[in-house]
Amino acid sequence: MQISMLSFSIAALFYIAFFILAYGLVAKILQYKNTPAPLKIPTMPAPTTQAGVVFRMSKEVVFFESLFKSSKITWLFGWLFHFGLFLDMLRHLRYFIDPVWFWVVIIQPFGKYGSILMLVGLVGLLARRIVVDRVRYISAPSDHLILVLLLCITTTGMAMSFYLGADVISVKSFFVGLLTFNIQNIPADLVLISHLVMVAFLMIIFPYSKLLHAPGLFFSPSRNQVDNAREKRHLAKWAQELEKTN
Amino acid sequence: MADSKFDTPQLREYPIIPKLKKGVMSHSKPFIAKEPHQEPLGFPGELVDDWENVAIKKMADLQGKYRSLQVYLDSCVKCGACTDKCHYYVGTTDPKNMPVARQDLYRKVYRRYFTFAGKYFPKLVGATDLTKEVLDDWYSYFHQCSQCRRCSVYCPYGIDTAEISMAAREVMDTIGVGQKYCNEIISKVHKIGNNLGLPGPALEDTLEGLEEDVEDETGVAVKYPLDVKGAEVLLVTPSADFFAEPHVDGLIGYGKVFHEAGISWTVSSHASEAANFGMFIGSYDNMRKLAVRIREAALELGVKRIVFGECGHAWRVAYSFLNTLAGPWDFLDPKYPVPQHICEVTYNLIQENKLRFDKSLNDDMVLTYHDSCNVARASRMGDSAGGQFLIPREIIKATCNNFYDMSSDTIKEGTFCCGGGGGLLTDDLMELRVKGALPRMEALRRVVEEKGVTHMAAICAICKSQFSKVFPYYDFTMDQIVSVHQLVSNAIILTGQNDENDEGDHPQEDIDEAA
Repeated sequence: MQISMLSFSIAALFYIAFFILAYGLVAKILQYKNTPAPLKIPTMPAPTTQAGVVFRMSKEVVFFESLFKSSKITWLFGWLFHFGLFLDMLRHLRYFIDPVWFWVVIIQPFGKYGSILMLVGLVGLLARRIVVDRVRYISAPSDHLILVLLLCITTTGMAMSFYLGADVISVKSFFVGLLTFNIQNIPADLVLISHLVMVAFLMIIFPYSKLLHAPGLFFSPSRNQVDNAREKRHLAKWAQELEKTN
Repeated sequence: MADSKFDTPQLREYPIIPKLKKGVMSHSKPFIAKEPHQEPLGFPGELVDDWENVAIKKMADLQGKYRSLQVYLDSCVKCGACTDKCHYYVGTTDPKNMPVARQDLYRKVYRRYFTFAGKYFPKLVGATDLTKEVLDDWYSYFHQCSQCRRCSVYCPYGIDTAEISMAAREVMDTIGVGQKYCNEIISKVHKIGNNLGLPGPALEDTLEGLEEDVEDETGVAVKYPLDVKGAEVLLVTPSADFFAEPHVDGLIGYGKVFHEAGISWTVSSHASEAANFGMFIGSYDNMRKLAVRIREAALELGVKRIVFGECGHAWRVAYSFLNTLAGPWDFLDPKYPVPQHICEVTYNLIQENKLRFDKSLNDDMVLTYHDSCNVARASRMGDSAGGQFLIPREIIKATCNNFYDMSSDTIKEGTFCCGGGGGLLTDDLMELRVKGALPRMEALRRVVEEKGVTHMAAICAICKSQFSKVFPYYDFTMDQIVSVHQLVSNAIILTGQNDENDEGDHPQEDIDEAA
């Protein structure tokens, strides 16, 4: 079988994008992990046990608890977008796994609804960024463009899923091929190719943009520390060095 | 207030989020520290040559030392959740007082020098060089943050602007641009032992005067001891407690509680200051040196426990940092947490029925309670989360008949800063302090009108000083702010006191055994 230039290019793009995403994220996570938190600064009231911290963090990750406290409308759009994205990413597992796991089959239709949630969330977030004077003031061009990029990815995906269709058999064999280093042809479908190129671009900018909020949350001392400062002495290495000098 | 050069904000009937007014607070700048106040702290006396490079190097150093700073600089998504949460934004409407915008003054420099996107596409991500204009903005707006942590409660990632303003102040100190108020005070503590520069003999006079006053009033010889070796408790309290109203009434209360419970205690002239201004300027080193004085005093006096008086930021350093900075405390009595808050001591004694109160002695007041920001969001009291909200309220209820909380979004973890915290309690920032008090003044006005509240109690020296000063701008009087232990002092019945059996003024049924 003749492999098209297009397929080679897309394959190369995804290898590069994956490498940058993985390398960038691992480097950032290691940086966060290796930077000491010299003082106990949980936002109080805070859990007094490690199990309590896991519970607090779970509420932040799953329900965006703090955002819910601060702005219901931002919470609504933000949560709809992220939950939709979560469903959609699960739905896309079918392009990488063969045979497709049972539960991935079950959630296929929910993934479709997920894209609607994403669309509503993204439009809401973008509208808020433009309409609310305070949020407009703090927005840089990149803040708008990341939303636009996500909107384009969502709408190209929805166009294929709801109207145009795509040659999903070939798409799957292309991605399964990528995983096994056996490059296959990808259909020369303009909507599909734009969708994929934008996803690769999102992967590339992920570790070099505010998308770092995803790993950042888990390393946030105000959320992940146990309130036990009086019971247990907390001392960073560089602070220990100070004790030797005076 | 007739002589002010600015307008006091109007109290609004329904607090709505104000519209932005760009640059309205850019003129607000505290006095710059001169050489005599910089050098004792290890900072240069004036702006150094090559300051841009020195600053960038310091930023790199801090990013490597503080995970909070590194993570917070990367993680903000500009969602806007914090934009209406800062009391300085609400009171001034200057957009750079929105927490995210204040952080961005630092973040845009971080991006320019430390991130790929900022190095190659600065306009796209809003990155800028560190110029003199940026430095001026830093000096102005990082001294419009009281490090109260309200923004961090509402941020989906817990980003705490206090961490960023501490870092910014440390970078500025490192290049010779320090703030006079904080640095002058820190140099006094290094030299004398307290913020006010009160020497030992002055403290002794003051404490003797208190003993005479209390004995005249009650007939009981309550002691206010200084540098007594072998006392059980070392009391570390903000130096304002030694002379200012209403602070000193609180100190009188601590003494009465210790006396009645039979706990021997002492103040130390070496560590006669609870407040640790090292935190305000973000300097771990200075904060540690100030904290170590407390360790030295405890060892020197041979005490078994350390108790802190009413002070907000001080309690943060005490509760959250003291073990780190000056521990381990293995030479103290392990039965008690180190350190303890005076409110914990009093609350526990109330629980054990060891104190008796006549609540009617506070009947001339209807109380509300102001949660001090650093007690509420940066520390704890008691054994379980939220004790810092419960314990002071229980003390007030045990000593007063009339107590009402302010509206729920303005208390506890959502409390508003008094407007003078974090090293801003200086007359050269009066406009900022008055405007920053607006949200608290509005909440207070509502309970005054709806519940007939006459006084607000607090447990922080900064809050007390700040409210005494700004109340008149909002048509309250300066004596409407009281210490929690002032209420204790008013109502406590000392064994053997003059009028204990005098039932004429206070019928027996009014005397409560607090339980």
